[in-house]
Amino acid sequence: MPQFEAGTFDCIVIGAGHAGVEAALASAKMGASTLVLTMNLDMIAFMPCNPSLGGPAKGIVVREIDALGGAMGKVIDKTHIQMRMLNTGKGPAVRALRAQADKVLYQQEMKRVLEEQENLTLHQGVVEELIVEDNEVKGLVTQIGAIYRAKTIIITTGTFLRGEVIIGDLKYSSGPNNQMPAIKLAENLHELGLETIRFKTGTPPRINGNTIDYSKTEIQPGDDVPRAFSYETTQFIMDQLPCWLTYTTPRTHEIINENLHLSPMYSGMIKGKGPSYCPSIEDKIVRFADKSRHQIFLEPEGRNTKEYYVQGLSTSLPEHVQRRLIESVPGLEKAEMMRAGYAIEYDSIIPTQLWPTLETKKIKNLYTAGQINGTSGYEEAAAQGIMAGINAASKVLGKEEVILGRSDAYIGVLIDDLVTKGTSEPYRLLTSRAEYRLLLRHDNADMRLTEIGYKLGMISEERHEKFLLKKQQIEEEIERLRKVTIKPGEAVQEIIRDSGGTELREPMKAADLLKRPEMKYEQIITVVPPEEEKSDEVAEQVEIFIKYEGYIEKSMQQVERMKKMENKRIPENIDYNAISGIAKEAKANLSAVRPLSIAQASRISGVNPADISILLVYIEQGKIAKITG
Amino acid sequence: MNLWYYMLSDSQVKTGYPHVGNQVRKVKSLHFDTIAAISTPMGEGAIAIVRLSGDEAIGIADKIFRSPSGKKLADEQSHTIHYGHLTDPSTGEIVEEVMVSIMKAPKTFTREDVVEVNCHGGVVAVNRVLNLVLKEGARLAEPGEFSKRAFLNGRIDLSQAEAVMDLIRAKTDRAMNVALNQMEGKLSKLIGELRQALLETLAQVEVNIDYPEYDDVEEVTIPLMIEKGTWVKEEIEKLLRTSSQGKILREGLSTVIVGRPNVGKSSLLNSLVQENKAIVTDIAGTTRDIIEEYVNVRGVPLRLVDTAGIRETEDIVERIGVERSRQVLKEADLILLVLNSSEQLTEEDIRLFEATEGMDMIVVINKTDLPQKIDMQQVRQLSGNGAIVTTSILKEEGIDELEESIARLFFEGTLEAGDLTYVSNARHIALLHKAHTSIQDALAAAEGGVPVDMIQIDVTRTWELLGEIVGDTVQDSLINQLFSQFCLGK
Repeated sequence: MPQFEAGTFDCIVIGAGHAGVEAALASAKMGASTLVLTMNLDMIAFMPCNPSLGGPAKGIVVREIDALGGAMGKVIDKTHIQMRMLNTGKGPAVRALRAQADKVLYQQEMKRVLEEQENLTLHQGVVEELIVEDNEVKGLVTQIGAIYRAKTIIITTGTFLRGEVIIGDLKYSSGPNNQMPAIKLAENLHELGLETIRFKTGTPPRINGNTIDYSKTEIQPGDDVPRAFSYETTQFIMDQLPCWLTYTTPRTHEIINENLHLSPMYSGMIKGKGPSYCPSIEDKIVRFADKSRHQIFLEPEGRNTKEYYVQGLSTSLPEHVQRRLIESVPGLEKAEMMRAGYAIEYDSIIPTQLWPTLETKKIKNLYTAGQINGTSGYEEAAAQGIMAGINAASKVLGKEEVILGRSDAYIGVLIDDLVTKGTSEPYRLLTSRAEYRLLLRHDNADMRLTEIGYKLGMISEERHEKFLLKKQQIEEEIERLRKVTIKPGEAVQEIIRDSGGTELREPMKAADLLKRPEMKYEQIITVVPPEEEKSDEVAEQVEIFIKYEGYIEKSMQQVERMKKMENKRIPENIDYNAISGIAKEAKANLSAVRPLSIAQASRISGVNPADISILLVYIEQGKIAKITG
Repeated sequence: MNLWYYMLSDSQVKTGYPHVGNQVRKVKSLHFDTIAAISTPMGEGAIAIVRLSGDEAIGIADKIFRSPSGKKLADEQSHTIHYGHLTDPSTGEIVEEVMVSIMKAPKTFTREDVVEVNCHGGVVAVNRVLNLVLKEGARLAEPGEFSKRAFLNGRIDLSQAEAVMDLIRAKTDRAMNVALNQMEGKLSKLIGELRQALLETLAQVEVNIDYPEYDDVEEVTIPLMIEKGTWVKEEIEKLLRTSSQGKILREGLSTVIVGRPNVGKSSLLNSLVQENKAIVTDIAGTTRDIIEEYVNVRGVPLRLVDTAGIRETEDIVERIGVERSRQVLKEADLILLVLNSSEQLTEEDIRLFEATEGMDMIVVINKTDLPQKIDMQQVRQLSGNGAIVTTSILKEEGIDELEESIARLFFEGTLEAGDLTYVSNARHIALLHKAHTSIQDALAAAEGGVPVDMIQIDVTRTWELLGEIVGDTVQDSLINQLFSQFCLGK
């Protein structure tokens, strides 16, 4: 194949899935000339599995991406078919928004966003090889021999690396949804010395909604109040489609047990490690044999299609068994299967080979982001995408790298977990992975990250000003409630009585009254109204801050403790093998991860406190040696 | 994770590292010098052991050890014991007849080369051996330094290391047992059970948060939290109650003998000291004037405090009056109030009863060899629930009963004493107190209607604090618990 020069860019993004689009948009917005290469331009931001975004932890990530200036939030706000706020009965730290997406509209809208972005070139092409000189990436070559030169490259190839689809005893080389897999590129990465691990994931069958008997299911409508992920969204979609809930039956379980030998998971055909939080239906029935039924959610895939996603029935059993499974579920007795569920195995880069900027340690200026790094989920992919894009562009533009901490964002938790601990199965974000989740809330993502996005040039002046105003209003209102006193008058006593609290005996600061569990901001201000009414967002922040001040304070103290360790930097070229006293396993893991700080070192598996104290002593000695020598 | 604050001195945890450069590689690796110490209790034992640990341990031993065959210890197999003599290289004089054990790294307690010199017991002999090895290049070990090395070298975990340190300081057989139990993981096991209960509760909370749409996960988190939290709180309280006993085991039960002049206080003291082996006597080289007698009474370590003071207080009642004696008594854990059986109770006796009211006390009615004149009924009235023992120290009668009373008082209600988990380490106690506060906060919040994800912060903190006792606070275990306990997924 004759080769030809096809162009030079600051940054090339390989792949246009959820990681790729955010990476490219961030890089281009920051001012780096950016090229996106994708195998198929019609598959931009495709959702190969569930048609939904958000939920606990993940929904907060979407907000964080939006606060940094990313696209996911805005696009889903325009293309969803339903939105719900989850965990409203619990505290503010765990509230989370979830949207059902119109998959096709989402793709179209995201494609439009990319097309309209300055500095961004969108091109269809299959990348086969990276050009690497002296452990530094210089460009790439496509299937047709086009050579693109680049200062930085971000690989976001999802599950495409040596992808293999498995249904029953059928196994064939394929990307998700029968797309072309990336085989040459996988081989090339292997030759370049990047180590990979084989992971597995799966998807349930899809059925025709016209053949569902909805009367046998429970309706799951969206919220009837306007909801949005993006802080910039002003138009809300109120015309929503419901989802439907049904259950597996004893018959379903029987069919699975009878056909377990046909499942590639159990026949040994699948060797890749699947996610424990996302088991196939056969896994659920084997591992939780005492459960008599499992939930099945029927989710529409869009407004212009009748195709339904059967959530809860992820499986790689043969198609004929899948049909019988579907028929055993109430409401689906006559359902027509449109696509079978399948499992997919693929190569993931072992993520401990990455710096926290997502640049590979082996090859300079090469970044990887998204499912290729061993994660699962559109939001996790997008989060890595935006950070890889920011860091690649920063490098080209001579700016400082951006690493979010575990107390800054779920994105920080995600990336730190990946590059520090690695993962033995596809990684999904959970709120329980965050130590400081009270600080990482859905409602304050803008407070945490807008300033960073603004400084990077990804947030408009207009939005930034709005943000500053909101921040100021929150601070002023908190201050006001702390100062203003409520006297035990009839109005306030009635409000307190109505909420089931104890009446006031003495005058009390408004803020102290608001701290009572039963009191709400909207009640307090009827007694002590502000000069001008505050927006719901401001009111929410004021209420959360005052109500949970004690807990927020506690979390902040924890953060401070950890920050001390974060600030203890470890020299980049430290030789762990030269330090006697550190356990062998710890030496190996420290050498592999090469943590930047003592705090990061302490999170590496196999590194115990004794190793850390020796490491501290050693570094301290180094300091002394430098001063005296 | 505050563990390393504990391990490192202040100078080692100073903040700020300006040297993120390339000079570090030149620095020599971390290296421990060779330490030595007498590792058997001071006293008149049959044998005593001087232990060395470090790279130079065998080399140092070879400088002073002569075997009949002339073989060098360095050439011997690991974990072998050798007969020979220690000689002073500077004079050639034979110092001691010894057995020397050599244990080469890493299969030793400290994971370093270890040499143990078994010599004749006795302060003089063992000190000569110690001085000799120190002269030849070893450094005197700090208290607990062997364990610290074992810990730093990854030989034992933190709670074990601390138990070993306590073991070193343990002054009686009883304390020894407690230290051993802790090492064998009794405390670890109990802490592990408490943590597991918290972890399961947390998993329940987490699953409700991360999978809100799953109806098959029961939303019973608040009552569950209250139930488990209360149990954990009570268990911590139990541990803390025994912790004061742990402190006593380590430091001794501070005991004061009081009574009018000539009731037999000194005889009682001497009798207790003679009957039982004194564990520590007049520590050489210290400048303290006060002598504390450590006595092991049926496994209860008695620290007969300020015995000089006690002697001085012979006529304390007359001289300085009740106010001063009250002050002296205030710090005691146990009072032995001695009365004279052959005399009527006096005003002074009654004032002593008043001064010791509410304290742990045993009334010793001495001189039963003489005709009894004391009004027993009145004594019983005055002593309330306190134990009463009659003795004739002169005739060596009643001492056994007294000792039994002391033991009973100490192990009150804890008949299976050998099976108890004592917390005898200051750091553990501090962590338990913190964990207790934390779980209390959680319970108060749960009862006050605070949302579950807030309560969870304190429950998690409790779990972490308990984890610090055993040196384990890994977040991952929660995630694993989550997925083994519940069936979740798409």
